[in-house]
Amino acid sequence: METANIVQNGRQLVTKNPMAAFLIVVGVVLIIDVVRQLATGDITFSRILSLLWDGLMRGLVIGLAGIGLSMTYSILNFANFAHGDYITAGAFAGWATTYLIAGGFGAESSVGSLLLVGAGGSVFGGTLGINVVSTPLAVVAGLIVACGFTIALALLMDRFVFKPIRGSGGIPLLITSIGAAFAIRYLLRFVFDPGTRGTTAAGAVPDIRPTIIDGSVVFTMHDLALIVVAGGLMLGVHLLLQRTKLGKAMRAMSDDQSLSRITGIPTERVIRATWIIGGGLTGVSGFMFVLWKGTLSWNDGWLLLLLIFAAVILGGIGSVYGAIVGGLIIGIVASTAVIWIPSGFARAAAFFVMILFLVVRPQGIFAGRSTA
Amino acid sequence: MTDTEPDDEYAQRDDEEEVSFFGITFPNDGTMLLVLLLATYALYLIAGAVIGFPVRGLVNQLGQLTFWIALFAMSALALNLQWGYTGLFNIGIVGFMATGVYVTAIISKPVYGTGTSAAQVGGLGLPLSVGILGGVLAAGLLGFLAALPALRLRADYLAIVTIALSEIVRFALLSNTLSEGTVGGYTLGLGGGNGLILDFTDPLEALIRALSLPFDLVTGQEGFLWTEIYIGIIVNGISVFTPGNPKSVVDTFAYAAVLLLVLGGFYVLLRRTGNSPFGRVLKAIREDEDVTNALGKNTNQFKIKSFVVGCALMGLIGILWFGTQGSVTPNTFRPRITFYIWIALIIGGAGSNTGSVMGGAIFAAFLFQGPRYAKNVIETVLGEPSAPSSFSQAVAPILSADIVPFFLYTVDNMRQLQLVLMGVVLIVLMHRRPDGLLGHRKEIASSVPLDRPTGNKSLASDGGETDE
Repeated sequence: METANIVQNGRQLVTKNPMAAFLIVVGVVLIIDVVRQLATGDITFSRILSLLWDGLMRGLVIGLAGIGLSMTYSILNFANFAHGDYITAGAFAGWATTYLIAGGFGAESSVGSLLLVGAGGSVFGGTLGINVVSTPLAVVAGLIVACGFTIALALLMDRFVFKPIRGSGGIPLLITSIGAAFAIRYLLRFVFDPGTRGTTAAGAVPDIRPTIIDGSVVFTMHDLALIVVAGGLMLGVHLLLQRTKLGKAMRAMSDDQSLSRITGIPTERVIRATWIIGGGLTGVSGFMFVLWKGTLSWNDGWLLLLLIFAAVILGGIGSVYGAIVGGLIIGIVASTAVIWIPSGFARAAAFFVMILFLVVRPQGIFAGRSTA
Repeated sequence: MTDTEPDDEYAQRDDEEEVSFFGITFPNDGTMLLVLLLATYALYLIAGAVIGFPVRGLVNQLGQLTFWIALFAMSALALNLQWGYTGLFNIGIVGFMATGVYVTAIISKPVYGTGTSAAQVGGLGLPLSVGILGGVLAAGLLGFLAALPALRLRADYLAIVTIALSEIVRFALLSNTLSEGTVGGYTLGLGGGNGLILDFTDPLEALIRALSLPFDLVTGQEGFLWTEIYIGIIVNGISVFTPGNPKSVVDTFAYAAVLLLVLGGFYVLLRRTGNSPFGRVLKAIREDEDVTNALGKNTNQFKIKSFVVGCALMGLIGILWFGTQGSVTPNTFRPRITFYIWIALIIGGAGSNTGSVMGGAIFAAFLFQGPRYAKNVIETVLGEPSAPSSFSQAVAPILSADIVPFFLYTVDNMRQLQLVLMGVVLIVLMHRRPDGLLGHRKEIASSVPLDRPTGNKSLASDGGETDE
């Protein structure tokens, strides 16, 4: 009876959804290949764990940034291509603050170089000894400024760029957001110069290196900081959406805008709240991403944006939990893909998973569950 | 009825309407385009002449300007087929361009070891015409593969899929794994981050030599047009005015002229497509896909065709772009090129072919080449000043009311600011004029004029019969 059921289900899957069946086959092949690589010694177990951990961290950043994108996508009904550059803008604002404080307000280097986050190699994060343990105050202050600055930026952009054409549909808004994205990105490049800078004292970050099965895996203090901040904020968003009146209003608006207006929900105020929450989370994710990876460049956010879109679509647009889960999946895919394919294609693999998902299940994993 | 072709009779007469631009009224679109182009060239010449730009530099600038105008106008037309006609939101244009260039390179580069760059990977060594055909087909094929799943999706999903695809293409071109390899005895590859040296035949020379075939038969001399007319008369004639490598100047202009001809071809193709039954279905899909479906049209098939043709054209544009550049690197194909083309289309007005050409020209002249030219002009006037190296050094003197360093820094970083300007222009356009300059027209969907006949008796009034 049981086996008959499985066979029956399998047959249904193949006939009704050949794409899904194909994906399952591909997944099985990949797992078999990992087992083969482990058996032949091409890859160690600890390496797989390291990659998974790396993917998890990336996923937290993508998920955190994805919440904001997902909210604006569902409540304002457009894909905001400027979101990635909000991340970069937040990161630069936050890191300028961190540099300024860690550099003793001009004691270590000129205020100008500190505020420009060491443009042109004039001062290095490593020299200032920035990390979450030795300069906690600078890091926390940077985090707060990143959050505040991105909120201000998001509100400003909404007021002058998106609000005037809010009624004209998703596509004109999308095109406008592309214009905004380029304006912000190249303005940042104009001010902060195109170089990539190292922002943290990479060697000095405290870490533990436990040996797991056949090799050591590194867990750093910055991983922990990222988990605490991202996890805490995700929990906060969950509580906000489920327990507060604002959260209820936001969920209502993403379901049906006209109906919620009739019900008496002050839609403009809810939209502003959406930008504030989304913008704040975005700025924090940008700052934490830079803290975690230790480098900062003018197109970091743009490079992350497509992965964030992938996460949001994977999870189902409008679902906050979907964005988080999607972010973790995309992060892990992008990191672990190097087990099977050359490293140059890791990001391509994540995009490919997104495209496959769009074809197989365009509504996303969490579609149809009203979560906001 | 007898003295005009049916095509003219039924074609839309939009471009006969009056148009106004900055308060100046033109009798029709074509005149406006012509006046605009002439004004642009005049402006460039005057700006150059006033500051005493060397003649050669000025001429080169004009040649390049023409090149970019043709290129962006073609790109805007190709995008117009997808977005303006059919409503397919493709923001992965640059991926299709890259595919075209690279496939052409692989097919037409000389076989490994025989080319001018022995260290580089080789190609199949086939003629350039085969390479171009292959590149166009490959771009079309990639479009087909992208279209199959993506066209079932919403417009914003298609946007994300296409931009992701264009990035996947770029990563593939960048990857070390595919940079070199041996396939069937040939050493081929994509060159990785270093890109490819495009050491196939110069397309201009190939074209002129091909055109020369009938003359060759008459004169009995191989490549008559190329050696005798082009090199012998034109290039040597020009050398009287600009001694010292006159060929490059002439080449720039000749190639730009070829591109203008291809642009004309694009325009005719797009116009005919737009007025054909096929084009009307595309426009119907753009307006309301469900209704079109209900009327018995297989909209998916139409969308795929339109998308594939557009992508193939984009591949061709990529090939034409890099035909004379000598080399190509993957990082040229960043999404900002796609962004340029979208701005060009939106300036002109999605849906209008003349508008697309005009948008391409305005974009190339004022947003793309303009700031760079202005930078050149300003730096020449100021005698190549040294700009501050960072923003803080540029801003600090403002406190003491010295804005010169900031100004110099701004000029020096014109290429960054240019993109900021483009972004702002796009935002303002979407706010103030989302239909662009010429995209606001009503489109006549029927194949015959629906206006009530006026004046003389028409076919309808005598029972629909003609007695001619």
